[in-house]
Amino acid sequence: MSDTHTSAGGKLHLNRDHALHLLREMLRIRRFEERCAELYTQEKIRGFLHLYVGEEAIAVGVMQCLAPEDAVVATYREHGHALARGIDMKTLMAEMYGKQEGVSRGRGGSMHVFDAATRLYGGNAIVGGGLPLAVGLALADKMQGRARVTSCFFGEGAVAEGAFHESLNLAALWRLPVLFICENNLYAMGTALERSESETEIFHKAASYKVPAVSLDGMDVIAIEATTRQAVAAIRAGEGPQFLECRTYRFRAHSMFDAQLYRDKAEVEAWKRKGPLLRFRHWLEETHMLDAAEAERIESEVEDELAAAVAFAESGTWEPVEDLLRDVHTEQPA
Amino acid sequence: MSAEMIQTSYREALREGIRDALKRDARVFLMGEDVGRYGGCYAVSKGLYDEFGPERIRDTPLSECGFTGAGIGAAMGGMRPIVEIMTVNFSLLALDQIVNNAATLRHMSGGQFNIPLVIRMACGAGKQLAAQHSHSLEGWYAHIPGIKVLAPATLEDARGMLWTALEDPDPVVIFEHVMLYNRTGQLAADAGPVPIEGAAVRLEGTDLSLVTYGGCLFKTLEAAGQLAAEDISAEVIDLRCLRPLDDATLMTSVAKTHRAVIISEEWRSGSLAAEVSARIMEQAFWDLDAPVGRLCTAEVPIPYPKHLEDAALPQVSAIVDAAKAVLNR
Repeated sequence: MSDTHTSAGGKLHLNRDHALHLLREMLRIRRFEERCAELYTQEKIRGFLHLYVGEEAIAVGVMQCLAPEDAVVATYREHGHALARGIDMKTLMAEMYGKQEGVSRGRGGSMHVFDAATRLYGGNAIVGGGLPLAVGLALADKMQGRARVTSCFFGEGAVAEGAFHESLNLAALWRLPVLFICENNLYAMGTALERSESETEIFHKAASYKVPAVSLDGMDVIAIEATTRQAVAAIRAGEGPQFLECRTYRFRAHSMFDAQLYRDKAEVEAWKRKGPLLRFRHWLEETHMLDAAEAERIESEVEDELAAAVAFAESGTWEPVEDLLRDVHTEQPA
Repeated sequence: MSAEMIQTSYREALREGIRDALKRDARVFLMGEDVGRYGGCYAVSKGLYDEFGPERIRDTPLSECGFTGAGIGAAMGGMRPIVEIMTVNFSLLALDQIVNNAATLRHMSGGQFNIPLVIRMACGAGKQLAAQHSHSLEGWYAHIPGIKVLAPATLEDARGMLWTALEDPDPVVIFEHVMLYNRTGQLAADAGPVPIEGAAVRLEGTDLSLVTYGGCLFKTLEAAGQLAAEDISAEVIDLRCLRPLDDATLMTSVAKTHRAVIISEEWRSGSLAAEVSARIMEQAFWDLDAPVGRLCTAEVPIPYPKHLEDAALPQVSAIVDAAKAVLNR
């Protein structure tokens, strides 16, 4: 967090309502993720579970700048994007459980959240695999004359994949309306950035494709929102793809199977002190936008929402086995 | 249908199919390496760039993963893309997008998203292009639930499968055997869309069923002609659609002939030929008078010299021998 909130763009009008909205959105993700971890240990959630704790500012900051008709392509660490995009916490939690009331009918689980209503195209669990999809969605918009933006989130691990380079080149070559957001949390699973990339300044790679690119503090929700707003405006003005590298950190393990042998506890603790919620909350208190009663009220409302989501998922139903093959192909009218 | 026939080639029939689709539907566009100014590696799209322009005949960089994935995204975004992957050999660079995205997204999203995408690619051996440019991997694709796989062999199918595939709400992969592009023949002047399901009996017969598709169809028909000269009546079935397979046509034929040989240019191990053989065993075992035979490519990377390439691939004489073997003749 910059002290003045004007570092990256500075055109953000931060009134109290909006500031508290940002806090609430980040808190919803934080509490959702913490509950998911608990539910995982209770075996309510199975499979792989990748939590977004520590990275909340990015999804929340970016989503403030997208319109309903815009698209979102995300990764397997996408619960935060889904919530910030406006997917009901109930149907998201039901998806975690694999219940048919889930947002993807329970078919995808944690890694594969899809929602046509909010144009969330996954939940893509092959690293880098979502980038070409984003290029194609944007190509369709451009060819059909629609002024929409496709946002595409990925981790810095994806940057080593060929799909990243092919996609950036295509998007730049065809001047497509894609907002690339690299969530650089410094570790591709357990491999540190400097152990996997010759150029660790990721945004330089984007610039090499002539995609305007900036690196920013991924822990600063205001900076992210302000910078995204500028990038989205540039895309809507027909300036082609834009690239944000958000430097962040995941506070928890890569997945629930990760013993975190590859990083020091001290490093994790140092990053936690820079955490997006902690810092934003502290700043809100300092500027008298948030008092204890208000903070407690928000916590309590988020807790209620979460309790309702868990109850919804618990009372959800399993898809009948007879429907196993449904939607492998589109059912043709007989 | 009018009786008027025109002389044309497999290549021209494919081109007419693409041109027809571009005219019928403004959402259709062709995208791939050198499809535009160059006119297509096999000249299938020659002339279309001038006719439809660079937006709809879209040249791409050498980025099979990128532009195939972009085709998937564009299909989800409301377009009807035809992605041309120059050859199946290069499609290996796009396998992730085809297998992990195109084939899965509808089911995994609980039916929320369709992928109305067509991917065309050249396949097969016979042009002395050696091991990296001669693959027959259609069986791999036919293994995947969520995509349909077509192998047009005739002029009618080359002309007509594309539009039907584009109307399909789900991804369709079309394999065009490289040895077919120059084949010429008569095609109805008003030829149009054809079904993309069901096998076709290309020659009726009573003594055995020769089951094949794509590049091996005409070799098999030639073999059937030689067998006829020896009073052996072979039925020739063109699978046309490799996924889903048309079990009914296969079993009806086997019920009549009681013998079957499958001819395909794949390697035998783990092949589509193995799948067809297994289905005949499962569904028509008691109709069989002999074990099902298979004639496939030798299990070797396809070599460059013509005599070795010929020796590796199914040839007419070998088809005749395989047919006689199941007849004990």
